[in-house]
Amino acid sequence: MNRYPFWKYALIAVAVAIGFLYTLPNFFPEDPAVQVSSSKAGVKLDAALLQNVEDTLKGAGIPFRGAVLDATGVKVRFDDPDTQLKAKDALVAKLGSTYIVALNLLSSSPGWLTSIGALPMYLGLDLRGGVHFLLQVDMKAALEKAGDRYMADLRSLMRNEKIQYAGISREGVGVALRFRDESERNKALVAIDRNFPDLVARGQDAPGGELRVLAQLKPEAQKRIQDGAVQQNIQILRNRVNELGVAEPIIQRQGAERVVVQLPGVQDTARAKDILGRTATLEIRMVNEDPGAHEQAVAGQVPFGSDLYTDRSGVPVLVRRQVVLTGDRINDAQSGFDQRNNEPAVHVSLDGAGARIFKEVTRENVGKRMAIVLVERGRTEVITAPVIREEIGGGRVQISGRMSTREANDIALLMRAGALAAPMEIVEERTVGPSLGKENIEKGFHSVMWGFVVLAAFICAYYMLMGVISTIALSINLLLLVAILSMLQATLTLPGIAAIALTLGMAIDANVLINERIREEIRWGATPHAAIQAGYERAWGTILDSNITTLIAGIALFLFGSGPVRGFAVVHCIGIMTSMFSAVFVSRGIVAVVYGGRKKLDRISIGQIWRPAAAPAVPSKG
Amino acid sequence: MEFFRFRRDIPFMRHALVFNVISLVTFLAAVFFLATRGLNFGVDFRGGTVIEVNYAQAVDFTRVRSAIDKLDVGEYSAQSFGAANTALIRLPLKPGVSSAQLSDRVMTALKADDPSARQVRVEFVGPQVGKELYENGALALLLVAIGIVAYLAARFEWRFAVAAIVANLHDVIIIMGFFAFFQWEFSLPVLAALLAVLGYSVNESVVVADRIRENFRKMRKATVSHVIDNAITSTMSRTIITHGSTQIMVTSMLIFGGEALHYFALALTIGILFGIYSSVLVMAPLVMWMGVSREDLVKPEKRSGAEGEKILP
Repeated sequence: MNRYPFWKYALIAVAVAIGFLYTLPNFFPEDPAVQVSSSKAGVKLDAALLQNVEDTLKGAGIPFRGAVLDATGVKVRFDDPDTQLKAKDALVAKLGSTYIVALNLLSSSPGWLTSIGALPMYLGLDLRGGVHFLLQVDMKAALEKAGDRYMADLRSLMRNEKIQYAGISREGVGVALRFRDESERNKALVAIDRNFPDLVARGQDAPGGELRVLAQLKPEAQKRIQDGAVQQNIQILRNRVNELGVAEPIIQRQGAERVVVQLPGVQDTARAKDILGRTATLEIRMVNEDPGAHEQAVAGQVPFGSDLYTDRSGVPVLVRRQVVLTGDRINDAQSGFDQRNNEPAVHVSLDGAGARIFKEVTRENVGKRMAIVLVERGRTEVITAPVIREEIGGGRVQISGRMSTREANDIALLMRAGALAAPMEIVEERTVGPSLGKENIEKGFHSVMWGFVVLAAFICAYYMLMGVISTIALSINLLLLVAILSMLQATLTLPGIAAIALTLGMAIDANVLINERIREEIRWGATPHAAIQAGYERAWGTILDSNITTLIAGIALFLFGSGPVRGFAVVHCIGIMTSMFSAVFVSRGIVAVVYGGRKKLDRISIGQIWRPAAAPAVPSKG
Repeated sequence: MEFFRFRRDIPFMRHALVFNVISLVTFLAAVFFLATRGLNFGVDFRGGTVIEVNYAQAVDFTRVRSAIDKLDVGEYSAQSFGAANTALIRLPLKPGVSSAQLSDRVMTALKADDPSARQVRVEFVGPQVGKELYENGALALLLVAIGIVAYLAARFEWRFAVAAIVANLHDVIIIMGFFAFFQWEFSLPVLAALLAVLGYSVNESVVVADRIRENFRKMRKATVSHVIDNAITSTMSRTIITHGSTQIMVTSMLIFGGEALHYFALALTIGILFGIYSSVLVMAPLVMWMGVSREDLVKPEKRSGAEGEKILP
């Protein structure tokens, strides 16, 4: 009676072995490390880079413990954080322009564990420290930008097709054209239809009898443009994050118009925010040098076709509205020094079309001033407005003028990182300092540990040997839970650790149900073997029902929760499933080992069973 | 050891009215406080900025306040958090000012005042995201309630489903009532705790309902209220031991979990206490009053003699 078939033991043994193996990596401490990876596609990660890194460190006299090359780049381990920082500085100086050099923590678990995919649990930002941003892309602005582009395209279409029109303007996300003549309007409608499949053009007469054509983006084109805007912004965020040097950044689209950026381990959060949050676009425009116009503008009357901005030192500059070049013509920008006076400067290289335009403009405007304009959300600033000394060909430009090294760095970074397709705004931010992360791990760990110890002591005292079996089952539950979390690389957060504690507290319910049932059966006179049998069988239905309702709550929480709460839901759901396995299947197996072999079983060690004196003992047939 | 020695079934159902009046009063009180005081929503739901700042020594709040006062950030609050050298500053949403700049400006001002000030944590939630988190939370609660009703209705009977969800939603309202009364901060983890309590205390109802069903099968001659009394009495021991075990873990969280888990654990503690009460002493009478009968439960599941008839005292 109460024997278990061999295959069930085999299954338990395999589960526990796998659980142990995959839990193991969590016990190895983390080594401070530096990671060198490529910032652009096309930069090779090969043995030469590994050699280069090793040579650099040896050259600087920095001791390191093993450098390895893998798919993401070269990783070097160090003994302590100080050496790590020194190594990072040395590597940045040597490799910083082509590679990303980032601080990282690497698990010191042996290679054979890593090779079977056994990794430590993936810690959320609230446990390891770092920054989480949720950025919202301004979709309306993306469409308006597209509208502007179409306006220029339609203007040149009208010119090419020699269609007479009276005016053109952007209306919302569409473009309105005005005509004097019905036949010209019809020609325009046909031309737009033929050349721009993404636009719907229809005639519309304004109240004043004016003939108009309203060209609007088709809904599917709008969706495509918006998708494209989010994609482009993600790409740009990636470039910017690369500039920051973060080891394992996460940049993901969330929903239709949002982007999540997670930067684990980032210490200088203000700078990260500054770089990421910048919605800057860069424009090169000509300065309006008419002295009269300048005076008028300063007095408050800005002439049509010009804007009045101020430069960094607050001097007003009148700039023509026509844009010569935009930031997306920029191939590369590096900070450096002006060779003549050794002032900080930014060296810019333009792409082919940009170089051509630039050459043309500089040839025609020698002696005039050109303004580099930085457009940030609602604020426009002239970075510098240098005088064009000569025609500049070849697409290599140097911008200098009253900037600090840090400013030169930032301007170069912004120019390099390119223009956003649409402005973005931070709508959620969660920043956790590294010390708080460590503290959170400690607190979570202590909660689980002490809770478990007290719980185990109580259950063992109350149910004796059956309690010990329950505790073993509970430990296996914990083991499997941690193993599955490590295997799935699900993000563990502080609420997630709380969920581990809570799940353990709830999982014991199954064993309590079983043990109480066994006691009850014995109380009413069942033999020990029959009581065990009946206890497990009868309790099973109840355990299943109650776990399924808990699971419903967990799944809803997962679907609708966000961030740390989602971490709670994941652990909770997995914990419920592992607890069903361990509390019923595993504990029954252990009971079978302890009691199953004995033919004659007089009593079970399940604590004192109280029998009401008056109760008639009726044997159970269950 | 055996804590619970019941010589005979406790006549719970005789006092059913009393239990329900008690729970109705608590429930109404909770609703009253929710209506009059409202929940003290944390930054997750309301939007705004929270900054945790660590100092080398105990925080001098007059200096902290005077530093922030200069910034014109609206109605903020600054209080100590956990330890004496830690300050928690809450800033309201301010139209037109991005949080990113706001927290940086506050930190710059605090650092200028005392260079030892160190930013430990920043949380900013914009108005739109706050609203969404709020809506998603409410939706999750609704979905859990519907899911549980559907499952219990399919597995038992609609009366159990309705009674269980009434009993357990009443727990949720009471927890929220506590949060409204004491003006504890209602944050995302607290919402998680609420949902966990909902799922968890339904367990309790399920265990009792299971036993009621079983008793209907076994106690052929007994009245409905006797069947329910017996079911509650015989699961009593398990109820207390299980909840006690869960409470051990939750207490450990209260002691060791620090500020971050404090309200989470508190919500669970209240939930566990009221969960025992409501899922047993509210659910069971409701089922009885809705007129559950032996035929509702036993008929479709009758098996041929597998369940031996038993005579129970």
